[in-house]
Amino acid sequence: MYPIMKNQEIAEDVHEIWVKAPHIARNAQPGQFVIIRTNETGERVPLTISRVVGSTIRIIFMKVGKTTHALAAIPETGYIEDIVGPLGKPSEIAYYGTVAIVGGGVGIASTPYLAKALKAAENRVVGILGARTAGLLILENEMADICDELHIGTDDGSKGYHGFAVDLLRTLINTEPVHAVWIIGQTIMMKVTSEATREMGIKTFVSLNPIMVDGTGMCGACRCTVDGKTKFACVDGPDFDAHTVDFDTLMQRQQMYHELELESFEAWKAAEGEKP
Amino acid sequence: MRRRAAEDRIHDFLEVDLGMTEEDAVSEANRCIGCKKPLCIHGCPVQIDIPAFIARVAEGDFIGAAEKIKEQNMLPAICGRVCPQETQCESTCILSKKGEAIPIGQLERLVADIERKRGPKLPDIGKPTGKNVAVVGSGPAGLTASAELAKEGHHVTLYESLHMPGGVLTYGIPAFRLPKDIVNFEILQVLSLGVELRTNHFIGRSLHVHELLRYDAVVLATGAGLPYFMDIEGENLNGVFSANEFLTRINLMHADEFPTYDTPVLKGKNVVVVGGGNVAMDAARVARRLGGEVTLVYRRREEDLPARLAEVHHAQEEGISFVFCAAPIRILGEKSLTGIECIRMRMDILDDSGRPNPIPIEGSLFTIEADVVIGAVGQGPNPVLLREIEGLTLGKSGNVVTLETGETSLPHVFAAGDAATGAATVILAMGTGKRAAQTVNQRLKGGSG
Repeated sequence: MYPIMKNQEIAEDVHEIWVKAPHIARNAQPGQFVIIRTNETGERVPLTISRVVGSTIRIIFMKVGKTTHALAAIPETGYIEDIVGPLGKPSEIAYYGTVAIVGGGVGIASTPYLAKALKAAENRVVGILGARTAGLLILENEMADICDELHIGTDDGSKGYHGFAVDLLRTLINTEPVHAVWIIGQTIMMKVTSEATREMGIKTFVSLNPIMVDGTGMCGACRCTVDGKTKFACVDGPDFDAHTVDFDTLMQRQQMYHELELESFEAWKAAEGEKP
Repeated sequence: MRRRAAEDRIHDFLEVDLGMTEEDAVSEANRCIGCKKPLCIHGCPVQIDIPAFIARVAEGDFIGAAEKIKEQNMLPAICGRVCPQETQCESTCILSKKGEAIPIGQLERLVADIERKRGPKLPDIGKPTGKNVAVVGSGPAGLTASAELAKEGHHVTLYESLHMPGGVLTYGIPAFRLPKDIVNFEILQVLSLGVELRTNHFIGRSLHVHELLRYDAVVLATGAGLPYFMDIEGENLNGVFSANEFLTRINLMHADEFPTYDTPVLKGKNVVVVGGGNVAMDAARVARRLGGEVTLVYRRREEDLPARLAEVHHAQEEGISFVFCAAPIRILGEKSLTGIECIRMRMDILDDSGRPNPIPIEGSLFTIEADVVIGAVGQGPNPVLLREIEGLTLGKSGNVVTLETGETSLPHVFAAGDAATGAATVILAMGTGKRAAQTVNQRLKGGSG
């Protein structure tokens, strides 16, 4: 049982929770993730480590299905049943020169942790944050504090540039030399955005988020096709070279349980409705 | 053997084998001739004093019999169920030469069950030695090593990456073969020796290698959980599982009870399982219990199946169809899968294992309709931790190279179970776990550790 130290809504349907997990906090590095199980009947869900302070770790997620709704509903005095980690390989932190970190939607969650490490490695760090609308933009101040330069865009133009993050990235790489790029967001966003850097051959990482079960390389649920080979995102990733990832297969696999996930969520809502 | 009728048992996950009655046990035990040089003990990887426990059964002293077994084996109710006795103790029983061997496994199971219901007595624990041992992995090898070391008075920290201990006993073997309350009970017995269990710790990540090596000794018992895939077209289609994933979703995550439990699984109407080992049988029989029509495809002949004979019979009784001498070529489908294309195999000369070498027959392609395909084509050692330990010599399949004593290429590091041997049985893992623990104990008590 791992206590929830803090739980708050930081944008519409987006929550940040702080979990006391010393066994994870002590060795966590940017790019790694945890798998949580909310309760005895819960599923195992992978979530990116967003920040570490002392023995607590921050997780940011959007309420989508049953587990994320249930997680958001846990009060600050509550706890989750299980949390394992840090899982996955850490991001390749090194000196590259100028690096761009592109975060989309709730994918922005892990960008400050990564930006801070890349900054500490003496890179010039340019942040690009994109959201559907201004109300869904998260961690802007945190990124502004870390990055040498920060660009904001929204799909509906309610804040910053009116358009997609990929446009801001294109502008950046056409203006100055960029030596490495991280793109973190929904799979379709990563697919589209990473096309911007392909032609110029800029080293580009994406952080994949397939369905997982154990997260330790024992089931292969998270298998992805990278450079024509099968890789397990849980132990070989989650960061991969964007230009070698088969995003279409990934998106298809992410949909495998779509109908069952809806069924589970409907059952949860019905049960919650019956509560006094 | 008494077992539930196939038409009843395919609707649930309750145990198939009903075990033996006390009367039958006593009469079977009385058939034991008490060989002067009992061969059955040599057939047991953990050297249970089989004639001594059988003699107690013959006198109706079931508790005494269980205690005798537990001098050598802390997991008797598990072993009584999943050990392949027919190729071990029972195969070396002298009575098997002329007739039926003593049903040693059934006797072990019965007395363990009786003792469990009564509330077992804990073994004596040695004086604390002040030595700290890390055991990585809480499957059969890790549990056995932990128990042996704790009994000697060492402080054991047992690390497990999943949220539940037990390894393959928990995530791999289905409840209808090994009920989970029995697994949990026997694990608790090991923990009650003072073993400190830390679940949710993925060693190599939660604890880095240099931190792990600070223990006075380390036993690597990380198992063979890396699933091999068939490496054919269509393998990443939705509906294709490794047996590990499929079984974990059911056994560990209770996907059969979805949506009460959150974890879903695709319940196929037509399920094809590829493989012929015990894991393939387990996957097929689980899929059957989820309501599927199940076909098992194996590339050799029926007599070559590596699975236990009893499991094959149980699968056949439960209505699983077998296609022998065939291998998958590709998995068909667009978004989700529709079938699996296979090719017939002819049997060539015998290989080193005494099994024929299967050769594809040209032009013999055929398709089996399927909406779920489960690959049970073997597992390798979990690579993540092993590869990160500098100086640890690994074999061709990624297993830790060990001496018979469990010693590795590093002085304080020992290995046991499937991590050392490659995928084998529960009892062989326990045997190597015990052996490694004995070496660790000698080393730590000898003061040269």
